[in-house]
Parts: sequence; structure tokens; C-alpha cells
Amino acid sequence: MTTSPETAVRPCRRQIVIKIIGVGGAGATVVQQLQARGLANAAFAVMNTEPVELSGEYFPVDARHLRSADATAESAMAEQLPRLQAWCVDADVVFIVAGLGGKAGTTLSPLVARYAKESGALTLAFVAQPFDCEGSRRQQQARAGLNHLKAVADGVVCLPNQKILKLIDENTSLLETFKISGALLADGVRGGWQLLSYRGLIEIHFDEFRDLLRDGHTESLYATAEAAGPNRSREIVDKLLAHPLLDGGRALADAGGALVSIVGGAGLTMAEINRVMEQINRQCENAQVLMSAAIDETFGDRLAVTVIATLGEPGNRLEANGAPSGETDLQAALLNPSDRMRPASRFVPPPPALSPEKMEELAARRGGRSRKGGVRMRQEQLPLEVISKGRFDKSEPTIYKGEDLDQPTYIRRGMVLN
Amino acid sequence: MFDSSSLIVGLEIGTSKVCAVVGEMNAENVLNIIGVGQAPARGVRKSEIVDPQAAEECVRNAIVEAEQMADAEIRSVYLGVTGSHIRGFSNRGVHPVVSADREISEEDVQDVIKNAKAVNLPAENNILHAVRQHFTVDGQAGITNPVGMLGARLEVDVHVVHGNVNRMQNAVRAVKGLQLEVDDVVFNGLAAALALLTNEQKELGALVIDLGGGTTNYAVYANGIIKHTGVLAVGGDHVTNDLAIGLKLPLGRAEQLKLEHGAAVVEECVKGQTVPLPSETGLPAKSVNLEHLRRIMSLRLEEIFQLIGQDLEAAGMLNYLRSGIFLCGGGSRIPQVDRLAERIFQLPVAPGKTNSISGLKSALDQPEFATGIGLVKFGSLRQRRRAGGGLFRSALGSIFKLGA
Repeated sequence: MTTSPETAVRPCRRQIVIKIIGVGGAGATVVQQLQARGLANAAFAVMNTEPVELSGEYFPVDARHLRSADATAESAMAEQLPRLQAWCVDADVVFIVAGLGGKAGTTLSPLVARYAKESGALTLAFVAQPFDCEGSRRQQQARAGLNHLKAVADGVVCLPNQKILKLIDENTSLLETFKISGALLADGVRGGWQLLSYRGLIEIHFDEFRDLLRDGHTESLYATAEAAGPNRSREIVDKLLAHPLLDGGRALADAGGALVSIVGGAGLTMAEINRVMEQINRQCENAQVLMSAAIDETFGDRLAVTVIATLGEPGNRLEANGAPSGETDLQAALLNPSDRMRPASRFVPPPPALSPEKMEELAARRGGRSRKGGVRMRQEQLPLEVISKGRFDKSEPTIYKGEDLDQPTYIRRGMVLN
Repeated sequence: MFDSSSLIVGLEIGTSKVCAVVGEMNAENVLNIIGVGQAPARGVRKSEIVDPQAAEECVRNAIVEAEQMADAEIRSVYLGVTGSHIRGFSNRGVHPVVSADREISEEDVQDVIKNAKAVNLPAENNILHAVRQHFTVDGQAGITNPVGMLGARLEVDVHVVHGNVNRMQNAVRAVKGLQLEVDDVVFNGLAAALALLTNEQKELGALVIDLGGGTTNYAVYANGIIKHTGVLAVGGDHVTNDLAIGLKLPLGRAEQLKLEHGAAVVEECVKGQTVPLPSETGLPAKSVNLEHLRRIMSLRLEEIFQLIGQDLEAAGMLNYLRSGIFLCGGGSRIPQVDRLAERIFQLPVAPGKTNSISGLKSALDQPEFATGIGLVKFGSLRQRRRAGGGLFRSALGSIFKLGA
């Protein structure tokens, strides 16, 4: 793509550098899969206790460090730190792939995320959460790991393995199941890569993508669907909305932001894109939707759509940063692609710029928003006020356009009795 | 004792009351209402049975009362159903006429209707009514009976009312538990429209709103055919409930206040007025601000009309209602409810009168009985049809030109 004439015309759209690192056993497997699929212009790396076959960096971690009770994760990877920092330094985006719940992936991936972010890259983690049956201890570890990751990475995209159960049938073997899980995770990473690196009919600018995720510390869900044939644009949306990973489309309704990537063969028409987007837009009323559409000759008749839905508020970087100076900085950097060495802390917002009140407000907003309540909260109602429904408390609610008609009209219309 | 085969009984299991209406066809084949029975309903919420045993007992009481009044034995009923699960929409069926001489036969008509009924419903739903509207032959619209005409392409519009099978069966089971037969299941909104509208009004276009206790049913007739039906699971109970919450009263008190002092609009003169409440034992005497009472009621009723208005506007029906809007059900007794509806729909509104049927004056005058009377009328149309060489019928779906 760097050789394409367009880049020469518009130097500000330089090729962004994507690096993908697999942490732990699961992460390593997925990265191997990804490499086998051949993601152009992405660099790969693996951080694991044992080496894997991969053409890319390998950061060995001593398994003994992880095992010993008093060892912290930092000591485990202390030796690798300089190499990791050097690897991250010229990346625009770092994808971290890991399986949560175990030892290596859970403890190391937040650290990798932190270093990647400190070196100035947009950090996205794609993680698989363990099956419910794997036991509460692993669940707990996974949850802790996820929270760590959310705190440091720009965005976390989750694949709850439990939801895979709906995708497989009774006879699927254990091995098979983990393979599917790995493949889904790889799909997600690929989708993210696709969003950023395909030169398409309609592109997502890296800035927009970054702004949607930046400092949102969000948790995301994603789904990919493929369809072929004359009705593909309709089928594909149905498939997406029925996708268990999106809770049958409910995740879209709760989403604060959505990234949609459409890739098709040379026959991809504007009408198809329009049809897909129209439906998705209708599903995610409250979300800020970013879309990209691209042509990949190898797709032929097929059409692939990837949706990444971020739950909660999209990151509002300008607000958090205080001044938009970082923006111009970045543009200068993008205009001048040779200047790869950037100050390491450029992407980390300076904390003192926030007043304590503001901080509290932001924290409250972030914490107080539950996943389920997302949609309801956006209705014009007073939050957290429990409205009695009297005798209709226990009957099936009468919902009309999102309003519960069983609640007294005068309360919903805000009439004050005095 | 009358011969019970000529008896037609309509049974409506409502949220506030169960009502049975007995009619008979007299010698001139004219429908005559000869008895009504009613009982306060228990175990019914939003027009659907939530406690089958309690509901069954109420049905029994109503039936017994009707039997006594009509001095006849009731063996079968036309049962009215409604509820939030019921939906109505119009669908079009197409059928090519294949016979050599291109004459449209009765079979062609049946085929085209079968095509129109082949609609995509949720698996658990069943067609309650598929009412035939007008036929179109080779693009020529507005044909009432195409049999014998020549043409190549026959189309028909049907209005399909469908609902959840299990939820409809609940009402049927309550009736069957009393050793009564169910002749047919009829949508309440349709029955009310049948009772209130004359042929002329159906031709001109009219909207019938049945403001019931648990649900509000509505139906639109235009050009002599049924055009649109709908159910809103909001009714008089909601008004009472709003009052109970807003004025902080028990439900029984709120209901009493609604009946005694309620009105659909807030007039200037009620501002600052209060209504004394008789003191309950152990509680200090209280009074209620009349303006608040009216305001709460008015907002709820206004909302009901607005939601219906939105639905009709989306269906493009508002311009068809040339003879206006007719209200029935207990809600139509609320003072000035017609004025409120007039303000919202910008159309003439009148309380519905069941003029087209003769019989007991005391029954015909009550807006609450409109649905029950309509059920009887439905039954009479059905019987007349059957007597005149009935054509076909299926288990739940019935095909009738109800406009006739």
C-alpha cells in the first residue's frame, strides 16, 4: 500500500504500523493462526514460557518466575523489558492477544499493555474469557486480569468463551471447541486489522478510530459474519444480529460506539453497504458508528462484516486531555513519516490537567453505568429513581417505543403535583 | 323455554367484568337481545386470564345471570378475546386465473384468499380472523364479488388479525371448563365495531375505540370494509392505578374517586378545589386536590388517544374517518372524554350507540355491553351465512365479509 499512488498524493495518510503480540499459550496459538492467514504489514510477536514456531519476535518468560508464590509479574518479564519497549516503539497500534484465566496471559498482558501504551501506541487487547465450567478461581483471575487490562489499555475486546457454547453443537470435541475459540479471537484481531489497514471505498481515519477508543478504557464485544449470494447484504445483517457474541443484537443497543468493517469482492455495491449500515445504525441508536468499506479481490462473491461494539461511553480524549495540542503533534508526525521517534509519553494524558471535581465526575460516569441499564438510562428519565407501577408491578410490562406505559403518565411526562 | 339452537350468546371476559349477552333470531330473521348477565371479574389482568379458577367462577356467575334473564339454557358462546399479543395487519394475495374461458370461479376466490392468508407469523401465533376486503381483477380495484367475472389475475386484500395461540386458549379453556361450547373466538375490537356502526358509517369510514378496563381496542372501517385493528394494553385500570400512586390512596379509593369525581379534561373552575374523603378508621380525614385528580386522568387518557392516533397515522387511516369516532367501553362514561378525543383527533367524536339491533333497552344503552352485543351480532352473521349454504370454515381462522 505504501507503493500506491494515492499515498504519494496524500502523504498525511501514511501507512500505520500494526503490531500484534500474543501473550501466554492461548495468545501464541492465535498469533500463529493469524500469521498463517497472512495479515499484510502486521508485525508479530509472542511472549510465552515456551518458544513457538513463528516468524517474529519471541520474548521468553521464565515459567519459574510465574510459578513462585512471591514473584510479581514484573520480575518475570524484567529481562524482556528493554526488548519489548524497543519492539513497541515505532508501532501506532499494538494488538495484544491473550487468554485470560491462566497464569501467563492474565498476569503479563496488562504489563505488556502498559508498556505498549507508554511507548505511544494505541493499545487494544483481544482477550478470551474462560468457560464458566473452568471454575471460579480461573473466573476470578480472569476478571482481575480484565480489570487490569481495562485500566491500562485503550480498549479491551472480549470473547466470553461461555457464549461459544451457543455456536457449537453437542458433539464438538474439547479440542475442536478451543480451536473455534482461537479462530474467533483471530477473527476479531483480523477485523480490527482490517478496519485500520484496508484501503477502501470508505475509510476509517486512524484519528477517528483512536478518538473512539482512546482513554475510554472500554470493554467491547465483536462479531464477524460472512455471506455470499444475491441476498448477501440482508443475510449478513441477520447473521450478525443473531450472533451469540453480540447477545443476539442486544449488545448493539447498549453500545456507546461501534466500528463496522465491510469487506467484499470487486462486486461490492454502494447499495449493499447502505443496506447493511442502515440496519446496523438502526440497531445501535445510541452509538457513535464508524464504518469502513473495502474491496478485496480474493473475496469474490463473499461479503464479510465485522462489528466491534464498545460498551459504555466512547473515549472523549479532548475533554480528558485539556488541550488539543496532542492532535497537532500527531498530525505533524503523520505528515512527516520519517520522523518515527516520538516522545514516549505523548499519548499518555497529563493527569494534573483535570480538576478534582472533573475527575470525580468522570469516574462516576465510568463506574455508574451498568451494561444493562445503558439504554434505559439514555431515556429522558431521572436516573436511579424507582417508579412504582402499583398493581402492574408483577404483570407483563407494556412497552411502547421504549416507554413503560404501566408507569403513570404524569410521572413520565414530568408533571409535578404540588 | 326457547329452542336453544336459535340462541346466540356473546361472552366477553373483561378485566373489570365478565359479561354474557343472549340474543335470538326471531321469525323475521332479525336479531333481538333478550338477556344480559354480568359479574365483576377476578383473576383477569390486562384482559388476559391470570387466575383461571377465579376467572372461571366469574364466567359461571355471568352465564347463570344471563340464563335467568333470558329464561334459556346456554350451551355455546361466541367468545371475545383481546390482549397485547393481538396484532392486525393487511395483506394482499394474488392468484392467476387459469381456466380456459378466464371466468373467475368460486375456487379461484378461495385460492386467492388462501394465498393472502399465507403470511409470515411467529411460530406460536395463529390467525384469528382473515377478513376479506376488496378484490382486484386485472388491476381493476374495488370489486366486492368477482365470481362470474372475466379476468386473468385476481388479487384480494385481507385484514389478518392474529395472536398468541396459548394466550387465546386460556380464555377458551376457562369457558370449556364450564361445559360450554365455543362457537368461535372473535377479536373484541371487531365485535365492538360490529355493534356500533351502521352500514352507512362503515361506508363513510369510522373509528371505534373500546376503552376497556385492561386494554383499549380499536378498529377502523372505511369503504364498507375493515381496514385496521389494534390493541393497546392500557385501560381504565391504569387510570385508577395512576390516581392511586399520584394521590397516595388505596386502589379501591382511587377507583371510587375516579367514578365520582373523574373527568377527562381539566377545567379552569376546578383549580384549587378539593374533594373531602370520608375518614377511615384510625386515619385522619383527608381531602384530595381535584385539579391533580383531573390532571392525572387527563394525561393518561390523552396518552391513550395519542398512541392510537400515532398508530392510525402510520397506517394512513386518519383521512378515512369521515363519519368520525365512536367510543364505547367503561371508559367512554368518563365525563368529557369525547371532548378530549375531539381535541386530539380533530374529528367528531360521539359515544357509540348500538342502534342497529333491537331488544332490551337497558342492555343496549350501556357502553360496556357493546362488545358483548357485537359478539352476538358476529354470531348472527355467521349463522345467517351458514343457513344460506355455508361455504367453508377452519378451526380458528374465519373468513367473513363482516362489512355486510
